[in-house]
Amino acid sequence: MHLYNLTLQPPSAILQAIVGNFSGARQQEIIVSHGTRLELLRPDPQTGKVSTVIATDVFGSVRSLAAFRLTGGSKDYAIVGSDSGRVVILDYDPKTSTFVKLHQETFGKSGARRIVPGQYLATDPKGRAMIIGAMEKAKLVYILNRDAAANLTISSPLEAHKSNAIIHHIVGVDVGFENPMFAALEVDYSESDADPTGEAFNRTEKMLTYYELDLGLNHVVRKWSEPTDPRANLLVQVPGGQLASSDRYDGPSGVLVCCEDHIIYRHMNAPQHRVPIPRRKGPLEDPKRGVIITTAVMHKMKGAFFFLLQSEDGDLFKVTIEHQDQDVTALKIKYFDTVPVASSLCILKSGFLFVASEFGNHYLYQFLKLGDDDDEPEFTSTSYPENGMSDLPRAYFKPRPLENLALADELPSLDPVIDSKVLNILPNSDTPQIFAACGRGPRSTLRTLRHGLEVEESVSSELPGIPNAVWTVKKTEADAYDSYIILSFVNGTLVLSIGETIEEVQDTGFLSSSPTIAVQQIGSDALLQVHPHGIRHVLSDRRVNEWRVPEGRTIVQATTNKRQVVVALSSAELVYFELDLDGQLNEYQDRKAMGSTVLALSIGEVPEGRQRTPYLAVGCEDQTVRIISLDPESTLETLSLQALTAPPSSICIADMLDASINKSQPTMFVNIGLQNGVLLRTVLDPMNGQLTDTRTRFLGTRPIKLVRVVVQKNPAILALSSRSWINYTHQNLMHFTPLIYDNLDYAWSFSAELSPEGLIGIAGNVLRIFVIPKLGTKLKEDVIPLEYTPRKFVTHPENNYLYLIEGDNRTLGEGAAQEQIQKLRKEGKRVDDEIINLPPAEFGRPKQASGTWAANIRIIDPVESTTIGVVPIDGNEGAFSAAVVPFSARNGELHLVVGTAADTTVSPRSCSSGYLRTYKFVDEGRGLEFLHKTECDDVPLALLAFQGRLVAGVGKSLRIYDIGKKKLLRKVENKSFTTAIVTLQTQGSRIIVGDMQESIQYVVYKAPENRLLTFADDNQPRWVTAATMVDYNTVAAGDRFGNVFVNRLDAKVSDQIDDDPTGAGILHEKSILMGAPHKTEMLCHFHVGDLITSIHKVSLVAGGREVLLYTGLHGTIGILVPFVSKEDVDFISTLEQHMRSEQPSLVGRDQLAWRGYYVPVKAVVDGDLCETYARLAASKQSAIAGELDRTVGEVLKKLEQMRVTSSGF
Amino acid sequence: SSELRYTANTQLEHLHARYTGTGDSDDNCSEWLTHQHRDTLSSIVGHPTLASYLAIADNEAIGRVKFEMTERMLQPCGPPPRKDED
Repeated sequence: MHLYNLTLQPPSAILQAIVGNFSGARQQEIIVSHGTRLELLRPDPQTGKVSTVIATDVFGSVRSLAAFRLTGGSKDYAIVGSDSGRVVILDYDPKTSTFVKLHQETFGKSGARRIVPGQYLATDPKGRAMIIGAMEKAKLVYILNRDAAANLTISSPLEAHKSNAIIHHIVGVDVGFENPMFAALEVDYSESDADPTGEAFNRTEKMLTYYELDLGLNHVVRKWSEPTDPRANLLVQVPGGQLASSDRYDGPSGVLVCCEDHIIYRHMNAPQHRVPIPRRKGPLEDPKRGVIITTAVMHKMKGAFFFLLQSEDGDLFKVTIEHQDQDVTALKIKYFDTVPVASSLCILKSGFLFVASEFGNHYLYQFLKLGDDDDEPEFTSTSYPENGMSDLPRAYFKPRPLENLALADELPSLDPVIDSKVLNILPNSDTPQIFAACGRGPRSTLRTLRHGLEVEESVSSELPGIPNAVWTVKKTEADAYDSYIILSFVNGTLVLSIGETIEEVQDTGFLSSSPTIAVQQIGSDALLQVHPHGIRHVLSDRRVNEWRVPEGRTIVQATTNKRQVVVALSSAELVYFELDLDGQLNEYQDRKAMGSTVLALSIGEVPEGRQRTPYLAVGCEDQTVRIISLDPESTLETLSLQALTAPPSSICIADMLDASINKSQPTMFVNIGLQNGVLLRTVLDPMNGQLTDTRTRFLGTRPIKLVRVVVQKNPAILALSSRSWINYTHQNLMHFTPLIYDNLDYAWSFSAELSPEGLIGIAGNVLRIFVIPKLGTKLKEDVIPLEYTPRKFVTHPENNYLYLIEGDNRTLGEGAAQEQIQKLRKEGKRVDDEIINLPPAEFGRPKQASGTWAANIRIIDPVESTTIGVVPIDGNEGAFSAAVVPFSARNGELHLVVGTAADTTVSPRSCSSGYLRTYKFVDEGRGLEFLHKTECDDVPLALLAFQGRLVAGVGKSLRIYDIGKKKLLRKVENKSFTTAIVTLQTQGSRIIVGDMQESIQYVVYKAPENRLLTFADDNQPRWVTAATMVDYNTVAAGDRFGNVFVNRLDAKVSDQIDDDPTGAGILHEKSILMGAPHKTEMLCHFHVGDLITSIHKVSLVAGGREVLLYTGLHGTIGILVPFVSKEDVDFISTLEQHMRSEQPSLVGRDQLAWRGYYVPVKAVVDGDLCETYARLAASKQSAIAGELDRTVGEVLKKLEQMRVTSSGF
Repeated sequence: SSELRYTANTQLEHLHARYTGTGDSDDNCSEWLTHQHRDTLSSIVGHPTLASYLAIADNEAIGRVKFEMTERMLQPCGPPPRKDED
């Protein structure tokens, strides 16, 4: 088996975000790290929308990011700390729209190791130096400068190591132009490691240490080290330094030390100031719980600065410092607003706050005000004794809806994907949908993902008849917007004018008594209508020049552009017209006889600055497409001919940019739609009119109609069949995506004041005006909100409902919360209803002690996208597994069994008791009736229907249960598993068990002896998270470290096991390596880089091959496609080899080492790397293609074919 | 060759000092375990997916998980055992 790994949806979690002027223009941009991918986002200050500029896979794990700017520079660079053992400085080149690696400095081994720097990264605010630190001990300082030619230079590293020190955080200290200084939060473990009494451990202090880079002596010294709060976790830079031009200080310099429950201002030789972190006033808050700040951002404005600190509950606090020159007079904190808990906050100078959420969608907020003049209580260090350093009472605030911020934009993110299913449930869909249970806590969602682009409809209106075509047209060339909509019916034409309203007009010069074939705004201010009996040229003064078709013939096809008109007559003749310089339409003296009925015609737009386009494409009934010259030298000469597999139904020539073919200018594509629903895309050679590089794609079951439209100012093609597709250029590469919309019969561009970039289409007798809001996305999502973190969901074999279990640790269930509030009320305590009624989706739920659980079973109708029922689970139980079981003892009646456990804690993994709750489906599955619950000794993490009974993985034991009146009855048990059973699969009497730490094990159930026997396992430990059976002997699984692998059992062993009736043979076989008597063989192995949460064997295109689809925790959706031939394997792996050397990782990680992070890659080709071939420079492309004995087009075609045939994406 | 053993030893000691957590044959159980745990904890902080995974399971902020993991690195396995007085 050989697999091709392809990412369909890259991870969408943002782990860190930095802001800067990366393109050197005035506008600020954001670089975000998705872990294995870097993306440059550009927020538009006018519209408040965020758009992606570029996104690149880095083939490594990005652990830290920092932006810096050299003194006096106007452009920011990005420094990347990763798991490559190297530090990399990236420059964004706006010309080529790529990240360019300026420097790459190696300092250690690869991997996210304890003492190899990469975890922490900080820069000097003046851009003179940077520090990169490890979790422990190692810190390296690099000096940044520019050389005589103004290029960025980097020095060799200077060590600032401290042995036996665990590092909590590092930040640059703003010292103006004095020697650069860095502050680190460190704990030394040497004493506590040596003291058996544990006293030294209790005495251990957390040190705030300043490291000074002496630029004169070129070394780093430990300047200052003082103990600080033992629960400090984060440092924030405070502005400092003096401007050269004035004596004024920017700020007092130093750092804010964020600790549990309070914040301290700290600087060398300066008094400390301390303020409490205000706590929520809610009645259900746990008073024993501390609050920490998880992210912070400092913002400097003219002459002032402030901080926004975010607590782990999502509350933002505004912190300000009052200072007199370098002396701090007060530290102040007040509640600002509440937004989702962020991994990074970025403040943009244009007045926006970018919140990169740690889970779920990311948000861009606009600042309405800075919380200056409100009645929110402010806590000041000076109002406490000793500036808050001695005794600090708790401070409280009342959370409330947003006051200072307003939502501007939302970036969808699947992160985290916890479970998924691939099903084709939605009506009228020929491809399956991916149902992904996403999110954490009250912001959780179930998302239905469909391949295609979202469409926003603005107008939908019924027409008197069923039109067969629609056009829009401007009155003159210079108009910004369209003036008329022309609808052609079987027996007439309707002209609508676009104004305040859309209404019918008569006096336009268009012939209304006959259908229309084509409409064009021609020349500078004339209009043109082609109808079956002639061509009407409507001049600006309403005079009409009409060309009439010779008697006995009609026009069957026409194609037009601004200066040229070609019509095909029923006599299979072509007539060519061209506009002369006086604006007269002149017929070319000869007509061309084609010899076969013309079915389709197309000419491209007139190129800028030219008189005409030189090529005409003609599709004839004899299954050919001919390219015909329109050049004056050789007018109407046939240049080339392409044979087709079916008669063409439509042709469209369009000049579009595709950087994989030509980086500098658009390529002329001839798209040919066939009557059998296949689309051919060929490239027209501009030199000789030959057609090359043909690619095919099946679009649908109806004959294809092709329309050239304009989308976001670029040419695009709409291809209409039983589905509507759009072919467009995004980030310089061509994309071909279906629209998620009703079938369209015809469409055209539509531009009016209210909708400048719209499209107009007809579907039956309905006229629709719509836009495509987000180009570049491949999946459209429909969202169903959930209440708690989804754990798993199951489908019902008879209805289409989904049964989803959701639950949260540290959360009070609805019932328990109400009970507590009642109790408080009874005790006479004041309970603030406003706080209780705050929406949990925005404010979260009050955190309780670990082991407090809230859980539900939710019944979801995925077709209607609604929840149709919620069954709460009481008794402080969390739900962990579910299965729909047809119990034979009940004549195969379906039951839902849910595995729960009471008082569960994650670490150590424990519970007071596990339960198997059994429910009966009522009301055709719309409801559940609780039957009984069965106690068990551990958490049931995996359940599965098995031969009319239930097989359950309860902790370390695998059990088969049958249904009883009051309980499930345990029939057989196997307790030989090592850690805990997390996945179960079955075929026949074989059960595939995934152990939490000990990989995949093969178990057989021998009914005659009622035995469950493990007969095969893996020869290496694997922390299995998801598994699926590929066939009876083969299993594909994912593990916690981001690997996917395929294991196979020898067919001989398999037969031998199945032939043994009692299993006695297995029982007496010798175990190997302290495990089962047989071992599976690893066939494939690949490191995806995201924690695999589910894996399925599915076919994504109708009639297509089956592939393995996996989802990753951070939102990755990928597929593993089996290669069909040895030649393909050789070809693609050789290509991959070349790509490895031509496309080095942006973070300096070796791609092969990355894909073999834990186990060397085996029999899997990295499709993501191969696909970057399209972005290579043309010379490199042809060099590689030459090595492979192919042309560049052939290589690209092969890559596209791999993607399209397996996924349709 | 005793001299060689001697220099090899000093080199080894130097390498041990340099590469914290490498471990050697003289390590006792507690030292070994402590190294293992520190490596694991720093690996959880260093691999974003692992930190997210834990944060979801425990329903805590990722920042909190990372902080608690880093805190635990100080003494992950309790104090070292008392040395026998022999």
